[in-house]
Amino acid sequence: METGIYNKRKRSNKVGLSLSMFAMVLGMVVLLWILFILFTKGFAALNFNFFTESTPAAGSAGGGLANAMVGSLMMVTSCTLISTPIGVLAGIFLAEYGDRSRIASITRFVTDIMLSAPSIVIGLFVYAIYVAQVKHFSGWAGTLALSLLAVPVILKTTENMLRLVPGTLREAAYALGTPKWKVSLAVILRAAKSGVMTGILLAIARVSGETAPLLFTALNNQFFSSNMNKPMSNLPVVIYQFALSPYENWVNLAWGGALLITLTVLGLNILARVFFREKS
Amino acid sequence: MTPDTSNLKNAIEVHNLDFFYGKFKGLKNVNLNIAENKVTAFIGPSGCGKSTLLRTFNRMYDLYPGQRAEGEINLYGENILDKDRDLNLLRAKVGMIFQKPTPFPMSIYDNIAFGVKLYENLNKADMDERVEWALNKAALWNEVKDKLNQSGLSLSGGQQQRLCIARGVAVKPSVLLLDEPTSALDPISTGKVEELVHELKNDYTVAIVTHNMQQAARVSDFTAFMYLGELIEFNETKQIFLKPDCKETEDYITGRFG
Repeated sequence: METGIYNKRKRSNKVGLSLSMFAMVLGMVVLLWILFILFTKGFAALNFNFFTESTPAAGSAGGGLANAMVGSLMMVTSCTLISTPIGVLAGIFLAEYGDRSRIASITRFVTDIMLSAPSIVIGLFVYAIYVAQVKHFSGWAGTLALSLLAVPVILKTTENMLRLVPGTLREAAYALGTPKWKVSLAVILRAAKSGVMTGILLAIARVSGETAPLLFTALNNQFFSSNMNKPMSNLPVVIYQFALSPYENWVNLAWGGALLITLTVLGLNILARVFFREKS
Repeated sequence: MTPDTSNLKNAIEVHNLDFFYGKFKGLKNVNLNIAENKVTAFIGPSGCGKSTLLRTFNRMYDLYPGQRAEGEINLYGENILDKDRDLNLLRAKVGMIFQKPTPFPMSIYDNIAFGVKLYENLNKADMDERVEWALNKAALWNEVKDKLNQSGLSLSGGQQQRLCIARGVAVKPSVLLLDEPTSALDPISTGKVEELVHELKNDYTVAIVTHNMQQAARVSDFTAFMYLGELIEFNETKQIFLKPDCKETEDYITGRFG
């Protein structure tokens, strides 16, 4: 038997495998490095005041991120409440109703653009159409900007998940004389539930770390405020401002905030995986 | 060529039916009658149009743009191919069971109640009774009566298929269409479903598509043999299997092609 070709293939296999292992290790090392720094610096910043006090004024000692946490929580929650129904219903339209219609293909095209649009552009857009008109920054403007980012994600995953539902289930529902809206909501959406939930969670994870869309919309607020009509403090913008400041306590708070966001996103991602695993 | 059904009432009468998948002609000038409270089987090689024909009876093809039927299909005298025919009402009268079990992602109880709720307003007690009745009809009650709240997806394949039959029966249609209902089932489940078909014809008109000729021989009163979109032969089942008129039918049932 001719083993020359075989041996050559074995050698190239080894080279290929080593290269991909090296790339994997490189990626892992960088990721673990980031997490290591973040965890050591972040946990050092955590204490009781971190959760109860608001952001300190320049030069004053101590302080916490209570106002930023509440602000972020309020904006992300309202964003979820607004974008979930819009995204899911639009996804249903695309998968079950529009299909090959013109309006559906336009919606799909716009969604794909929105998915890859730089988030700072979304922030500027909301600034131009809302903040500049009412002439003040506000929590609502921030919510609007976040929703513009979340809707395309939810819409796209919903459509994809609904398309994964086998056509036989659709036919079975129609075969009972079920009206179309009920087939979509009571059978198809329910069958795709875990996938759709995953999409919603990933959208929340994505927007909860966004800084750029909030810079020109919610701005920031040094004081505790739960008024969505006023400028609103939020974790990403506080991190952005504090991390670049010369004050040591500000920088520490920024590390703590970064850790908090990372843990939140991590938690949401794990939750999304759990949901998705339940399906299969 | 056609069975003597003069002493029987027809549930469905098909006249000059042509069916098109886009430009491809899937059915060519089909004419036949489906007798009330009898089981009519459709046999033939893959792609012969038997499922296509079945799917015209509840206009399932309407879900797909590009598919259309021409001709006349009378369900108790009313042409169901009429443009303004309400399809939901039609499908409530003409139920369908599919090749693969398709339980809805909900509890066993809700699987049955789902269809009933669409057209009837029953109180809790009446609904319980209807669910039990339907599950009994499908010979499934004894196996699931203690776990009605469990997901329909937790059942075995054979049980899922009987659940789908119960779901179809529960809305009390007049015609039941079975599209290869046992092709995804093991022999024991297949036997149960076949027994069921025998039972069902007391109350319903049954049309069944099958790849299994023994099954057609076992369960049906009339058998239609189809080939390349045409109805080749239609007669009483024993006639078809013992002494078919056409050479194609004989070749098919003796396994020479198909």
